[in-house]
This record gives sequence, structure tokens and C-alpha cells, in this order.
Amino acid sequence: MKIGISAAGKDLDALLDPRFGRCPYFLIVDTETKEFEVADNPGNTAGGGAGIKAAQAFLQLGTKELVTGQAGPNAFEVLVKGGVKIYQAPQVKISEVIDLYHSGDLKELTTPGGRGRGSR
Amino acid sequence: MKLAVLSGKGGTGKTTVAVNLALSLAGKGEKVLFLDTDVEEPNAGLYLKPVLEESLPVTIPYPEIDQEKCDYCGKCANFCQFNALAVAEGLVLTFQELCHGCGGCVLVCPKEAIQEGKREIGVIEKGWADSIKFWQGRLNIGEPFAVPITRHLKNGLADVQEDIVIIDAPAGVSCPVIEAVRDSDFALLVTEPTPFGRHDLELAMKMVDHLGLPSGVVINRAGKNNDLISEICQERNVPILMEIEFSKLLASLGSIGVPFSRVLPQWQDRFWGMYQSIKEGCPCAS
Repeated sequence: MKIGISAAGKDLDALLDPRFGRCPYFLIVDTETKEFEVADNPGNTAGGGAGIKAAQAFLQLGTKELVTGQAGPNAFEVLVKGGVKIYQAPQVKISEVIDLYHSGDLKELTTPGGRGRGSR
Repeated sequence: MKLAVLSGKGGTGKTTVAVNLALSLAGKGEKVLFLDTDVEEPNAGLYLKPVLEESLPVTIPYPEIDQEKCDYCGKCANFCQFNALAVAEGLVLTFQELCHGCGGCVLVCPKEAIQEGKREIGVIEKGWADSIKFWQGRLNIGEPFAVPITRHLKNGLADVQEDIVIIDAPAGVSCPVIEAVRDSDFALLVTEPTPFGRHDLELAMKMVDHLGLPSGVVINRAGKNNDLISEICQERNVPILMEIEFSKLLASLGSIGVPFSRVLPQWQDRFWGMYQSIKEGCPCAS
């Protein structure tokens, strides 16, 4: 299974970035082989509407499962309507996120987080 | 002559100066149009107590997608600088509150699948305060864009007969202020002798320079710290046109919604005098 993770860096030692819309990278990880690809998140540099831009880019990556900290209302709407399941994980290393995924300890997010929380 | 009253800092007395200037000029027989462009909190009416006769809706466009025609090419979403559209395979979503209404998505759609809907974001209200023609804009609560309301208000100026237009601008120096002030003949900068007044006055001076407008300063609540303001006026070669002293009488009149020039006629003369010196010093004034 391939899952997407909002990441602060470009490898499995990087931390999960809890901000979906403003995270710098998405890591697309094969949960069995731990092979991964890195995609830039264009929402990272958006003036406004970062979550929407990030969600659109995420849908184009083709994976239907996302692990992040939280997604704001606009990002949440795009992701859910695009058929993506969103799971919540703490700010730990990507390799640990994969372990949590395997152990079934990730909670599915069914409601959006606050608007604009990822802004700096 | 179009005269914009602005300040940078909020609460310095823009509305006080604009209202007293309008009343003083009208009192001398001039035909005045008063424009309250502080559309997030239009409050000049608290002083002028106009009778409003008209209320006109202001709308901005937003994209409406024809799902039959859309092939999810994504050109609209790529074009939109504000991310008001999201497109993925089989999915197109629009976010009205992010749309600035530029119409670009309609133009770039190769399938002509986008039409413009209209959304009301506020109103323009028109009326009279005795002999002063009074217009104000009012932005609906929660709406992010003030500029379209101000633009609508100012579009109406083309057909106006009044000789003098006084524009009461919002605080700050961002887009809504620029929209309110640009195309004016003169910028009247109202400030107070505090470090905050000075700091924000300098921002307003820079903005006015950028717009190429002649300007002058009114020091409100003037007193022993006036040097704070006069220093920067000297540095930037901007005249101080009036000082309104820090006075309990003026403040108490303001607190009950009475413009002080209504009850203290010497102020009518002072505002009239200020207008005359603006007119003389301003090459664009008629």
C-alpha cells in the first residue's frame, strides 16, 4: 500500500509535518518495501488557499491515503471529495509513522482542523 | 476638488477632520459631497446624521462550473493566484470566499465551462446630510474584500456635480486606503503627537509620495509633544496646515456626536482657511 505523509524533510528520518497545507514535502511511501518518492508541496509557498493547492497536488499524486497532523476545512473538503482517507499521526519520524500505520494505531480524521493554522 | 483624509494610524481623528471640513465648507455655501470609504466601519454618519435614500447592492463575480462541459484539464486552477479552484480527475471545486473576481478562469477555460455567478458583499448607501450629499459603503461582516465597495463608490464620482468631494479614508496604508485615496487632488494627513501617530504618519507619507499626491498634515490632540510631528514634516517638506489642540471641550463634543465646528463658529473659519490654503498651494485644484 502506498501512503502519502506530510513531511518536514525528504527522507524517512525526517519528521512528520503536522501542517498539511504548509508542509514542504509529501513523502509517498510503500508501506511494505519502505521505498519512497518525494514531491514538493506547492501549498508551502502559496499566499492564500494553501490547503486547497496542497490538496489538489496531493490528489494528483494518486495515493488515496494521507497521514498528517491536521487539515483545514478547505483542504479537508478537497481531499475527502477526491476520495482520500486522512489519518492523524503525531510529529514523529516518518519511519515511526510507518510503524504506527502497520500497528493500526492511526486515528482516521473525520472532521477538519482550524482554518489557517499552518500560516506563518 | 477631491480631497482625501487619511492617517495611517487609526483613531487619530480622520473622521473628525473630514466631517468638520465638510460642514465648514457647506456652511460657506460650497457644494460638498462626503464619501465615507471606511467600508468596514463607516461611522461619519454618526456625526453627520444623514438621511439615506438609496441602498445599492455591490456584487463580485465568482466561477460557476458547468459539470457537463468540464474535462478537468485544470487550467483554471493553475491560473488562479488565490487558489479559489481545485481540480483533480473527475473533481472540480470552487471556493467563493477566496475568489477576487478577476474573471481569469473564465478566459482560460478551453471548454467554456465556467460562467460568472454574482455574490453580494455589501452595499452603497446614498443620501443627504442637510446640504451635504452623503455616500457611504458598507461591507458585509465576514467579507474579506473592501476594495470593490470603494471602487463602486468612486465610480459614481464621474457623474457628480458637486465642486468639492471629501473622502474619509480607512486607517492603514493597504489596498482599501489606496483605492480610497488614489485619483485625489490632495491628501490631508491627520495625525497625533505620539510615537504611534508619528510612525504611521510616515507610512502614510510614503504611500502618498508613491501615489504622487500633494499633501499636508493636521495635528489632532496637539500639545507639548508636537515636535514629534513637526520634525518629520520638516524632513519630508510637508506643511502642517492645522493644529487642533488637545481640549476637554472638543473631546466632550465628539463624545456626544456633535462636530465641534457646528457649535464653535471660529472652527468653521479655520477649516475654511485651511481649504483656501490647500486650493492655493495645489496646482491641480479648481
